[in-house]
This record gives sequence, structure tokens and C-alpha cells, in this order.
Amino acid sequence: MTTETTKEIPEAAAVPPPGAAPAKKVPQGHRRLLTRRDRFTLALMAGLPTLLHIALVWVTAFASIALAFTTWDGIGFDSIKWVGLQNFKELFEQNPQFWPAVEHNVIWFVVLIAIPTPLGLFLAVQLDKKIRFSRVYQTAFFLPVVMSMAVIGFVWQLIYNPDTGLINSLIGANEPGKYIDWIGDPDLNLWAILIAASWRHTGYMMILYLAGLKGVDPSLREASALDGANEWQTFKNVIFPTLRPTNTVVLVVTIIEALRAFDLVFVFNKGAEGTELLSILVTNNIIGESSRIGYGSAIAVVLLLISLVVIIPYLVATFRKERRA
Amino acid sequence: MSTTVTTKVRTPLRPARILLHLFLAGAALAWLGPLLWALYSAMRPYAETSEKGYVSWPDKLSLDNFTNAFTQSDMGHYFVNTMIIAVPAVLVTLFLSSMVAFYVSRFDFRINLFLLLVFTAGNLLPQQVIITPLYRLYLLVDLPGITMSGKLYDSALGLVLIHVAFQSGFCAFVLSNYMRSLPHELTEAALVDGASVWRMYWQIVLPLCRPAMAALATLLSIWIYNDFFWALVLISTGENMPITSALNNLTGAYFTDPNLVAAGALLTAIPTLIVYFVLQRQFVSGLTLGANKG
Repeated sequence: MTTETTKEIPEAAAVPPPGAAPAKKVPQGHRRLLTRRDRFTLALMAGLPTLLHIALVWVTAFASIALAFTTWDGIGFDSIKWVGLQNFKELFEQNPQFWPAVEHNVIWFVVLIAIPTPLGLFLAVQLDKKIRFSRVYQTAFFLPVVMSMAVIGFVWQLIYNPDTGLINSLIGANEPGKYIDWIGDPDLNLWAILIAASWRHTGYMMILYLAGLKGVDPSLREASALDGANEWQTFKNVIFPTLRPTNTVVLVVTIIEALRAFDLVFVFNKGAEGTELLSILVTNNIIGESSRIGYGSAIAVVLLLISLVVIIPYLVATFRKERRA
Repeated sequence: MSTTVTTKVRTPLRPARILLHLFLAGAALAWLGPLLWALYSAMRPYAETSEKGYVSWPDKLSLDNFTNAFTQSDMGHYFVNTMIIAVPAVLVTLFLSSMVAFYVSRFDFRINLFLLLVFTAGNLLPQQVIITPLYRLYLLVDLPGITMSGKLYDSALGLVLIHVAFQSGFCAFVLSNYMRSLPHELTEAALVDGASVWRMYWQIVLPLCRPAMAALATLLSIWIYNDFFWALVLISTGENMPITSALNNLTGAYFTDPNLVAAGALLTAIPTLIVYFVLQRQFVSGLTLGANKG
């Protein structure tokens, strides 16, 4: 049973390989056998969870869109007033934090895809070589992924703290006058946080690529070796192209991760100057002193639109493949 | 590590292999570095580090900071809060999503794909997209006598609901893929024998999904335990916060020096680390099987 699972589970991954659904079409007679009670049970089984999910996730997402065109003080529905595009106008033209936030979200993605992702792939390729202690190494690289972003934020503060942190203590910059403020300096803090984020992301990518590499047909590698290709050529011309489904997943995961980035920054410096993110702006608008519902929703809509640009093509491609299978 | 390799392996090791081991061992140590540093800071008395600096040889190593952090801030209370939220959330998520998965994978109704699409897309959304209306909704829903606050806001029930709603998308997707790989004859035979739909689900399909459920349960436990955002916004009373979100308030109020912060952060991480070490296989397989998760 257990050996079967390990084999089966990567198969059933997010991008289902063709042929994963052998008996998808159910014979017509199947449905006719259902009694009225069965139909009722089925409706409940599918309906209740769907209702909960739609009510809390989709209704609120659409409410975000609707509220973005209004002002509302949150007290009674009568006070909702339609203001058209005013919230967006104010956001784009007057909010000094908005464009930096967009820029930081983009930087977040670019850094994650440019550094920890290839590093994770590199580690995965090395660890896939039937090497001794592979599990021990994997555990070390993967450990940060298990911990919460909040804990990671506190752990890295011990490294970056200007007075007591590891880096400044090591380089003697923890005395007044010589401070390097990794957390407060707007030119430094985003990069400092991104190192912590990359530290975690590498392990995540490594695990995804390891799963992808397990699915590569070993005979491909043998054939390539017989043709006299060296390790790098084999990887570049044979292995990497077969990792395409994994690469898609990695890309989507990384974009979503960059859009969701929040906890780490919040713990680090609450998204102060230099580390503004769209998610931080939305949240500060709620828990801050002057909560403006329509305005906060407008920021959320920007975040939603960017997410949907990624989510929709990905899901369409995934499900189209599934339907064909 | 790499030295033991050379002695144990029968065939002589190529230099490239030794180099690779050196690299991997070095990189692995570097990866553990931040955690080891936190552990080292947490084990030293504050008086000593403030006098000698943090980068210095220890005179005394002890677990005092851990016990102090735990008792002073009443961390046990927050761990209990987390349990009250996480246990029902994991169970209900698995229960609901397995029902949806059963429906979409076993019955070829037309809305299958659409339903799955709705669930999966919902799960990929950043949480901040829905938080503003959700926050208002939680303030609007009156539940006198059911929750302590009389509302969904600031209650464990509210957190359980949003966790279930949000995570069930991912679980439904994974489970429906898994159920689809089970042979169809199983349920067909049962149906011909006159078994009810519920029995098919509860007695035939669900027991076969145990490996996938175990993987998902591990993953969900860690995710929900690690949640910071929902509780930060949807809980107002510090006392009601689960441990991960409470950490933010405890720092400053009780964890007054970096050594105590380190101890508190590590104590918070311990349950996830235990789950990870015990159920590593489940966790990793769950993560790769739902690789679409953000």
C-alpha cells in the first residue's frame, strides 16, 4: 500500500498527466440506479461545502469588486454610496505607497524566480543522483518551509537587528555611528527580507523539482549518456524539457507566493517605508486607525486582477488537459 | 558527514562525489545556520550576552529562557487556542472536501469541472483580496450565545469557518484526482447491489483514500497552525489569538530581550517541527501532490 502511494501521489499532481483518469466517463446506467434519496444525499454532499466556499471566498471576492466603486463607513447598508472610479483615481494618483508597493511585489517575484528557484532546481538535480544522505540534506533545506513565516521573521530579526543581530555584531557595525540598519533603512530592508524569503523558497522549489525529476524516464538519461552527452548537456537537452509541467507549477506557485507575501514583512517592520506591499496596504487599511472600506477594496481589486491574470490561464490549461485525458 | 561516506562505500568514490558531498554538507549547514543561531541565542542568559555581545563564547548554556518565555507569557494558553481552531478545521475540511471530491469524481454531472474550477481558483487567491468584505461580514453576523464575542468576529468559530472554506478548495482538487484513479468497478458493483450513495462514500471510497487523507491532514495541520494573517485581522482580543499570531503581541510585552524572542519563536516552531519529522513523507507527498498550492 505504501509503496503504491508514493508512486501514485506525484502522478496525481496538480498538472495531471494524460491517462491519469482511466475511467472518467461513467456509463449511463449508473445514474439511473440512483434513488431519490441518493440524489438528495449527493446534492447535500456537494452543495453544503460549495455553499460555504462560495459564501466566504467568492461572494467576498465579488463584494471587494463592488465595494471598490463605493464609499462606506461600515455602519448600515444605507450609507453605501456609489463613487465610480474615484477610489482608483485616488489610489493611482495620490497614494504615495501604491506604486512602491506594486514595484516591491514585482521585485519579490523577480528575485524569487531568479535566485531561489534555480538554486532549488540545482539542489534537486544533485540530490536526485542516488546520493548517500540525500534525505538528511533534503531535511535541512526543507526545514524552513515547515515553519511559519512569522517565526521565520523573528528568527531573521536575530540576524538583522542593528544592535544585537549576528551580522552587525560580526562586522562591528553595532555601535552608534556605524549602524547598518537592515530593518529600518528603506534602501536595504526589502533586500534583507528577500534573503529570508529566498531561504524558505529554495527548499520549496527543491521539493517540487525533486518530485518532477522522479517522474523522468531513466531510459532517457541512459540514451543520452550512450550518445556521449555530458552531464550538463543531458540536463539541458533531455531532462529540463521533460520538466515542463513542473516548471509551470513552479512559475504559478512563485507568482502567487509573491502576491501573497505578507507575514514576513509584517513581522519584520509592519511594511514600513521600503517594504510596502499590496497585501500590507490592504491590511493596514483594515486594522489601521482610519478604515476606508471602498478604498481598501480598490487595492484588493488590483491584487485580484493581477492574480486572475495568472490563475485563469493556468487553470484553463490544467483542466483542458484533464478533460482530454 | 562526508568522511563517513568514504569509509562505508565499497566502490572507491570519485572525487566529484566527494566534492558534491562537501558542497551539500556545507550548504545544508548554512541553511540550518539561522535556526542554530536562534537556538544559541536562546540558550544564553541575557545578562551574559548584553555584557559580552552576542558573538562570543558562552559561559553558561541553559534552557532557562525557554521556561521563562513559556511561563511568563502563558504560552500554553495560546497553544490551546490553536488546538481549538486547528483540530476542528482540519477534520471538517477533510470531511467536506472528500464529499465534494466524491461527487465530482464519481458522478459525471455536467458541473463537475466547473465546480472543481471554482474551488481551485478560490484557493489560489491571495487572502487579502477577500479580507475587507470578510472582515465586515464577520462584524455583521450576530451569534449571541454561540460565540463569546456574540459575533463571528473575534471567535474561534469564525477562524475555523474561513480555514475550512479556503483550504477545502485545495483538498477537493487533490482528493478528486486521487479518487479518479480508483477503479470504477468498485462503486458500480456497490450501486448494483443496492448500496446507498452514502455507504459508497463512507465505506468504500473513503477508506481507500486513507493515504491521500493522511498526507492532506499533515499538510493542513501545519498550514493552519502556521496561519498568521486570518487571526491577525479576524481576532481582536489578544487572549483569543492562536499561538502563531499571538507571537507578535507577546514580543515586546513579555519577550523583552532578543534571547527570549528567540526562545519564544523556537517554542512556537517546535510542534510543526515534530509533525514534520514524524510525518515527513506525508508532508512532502501532500505538498507535491497539490503542487498548485500557493
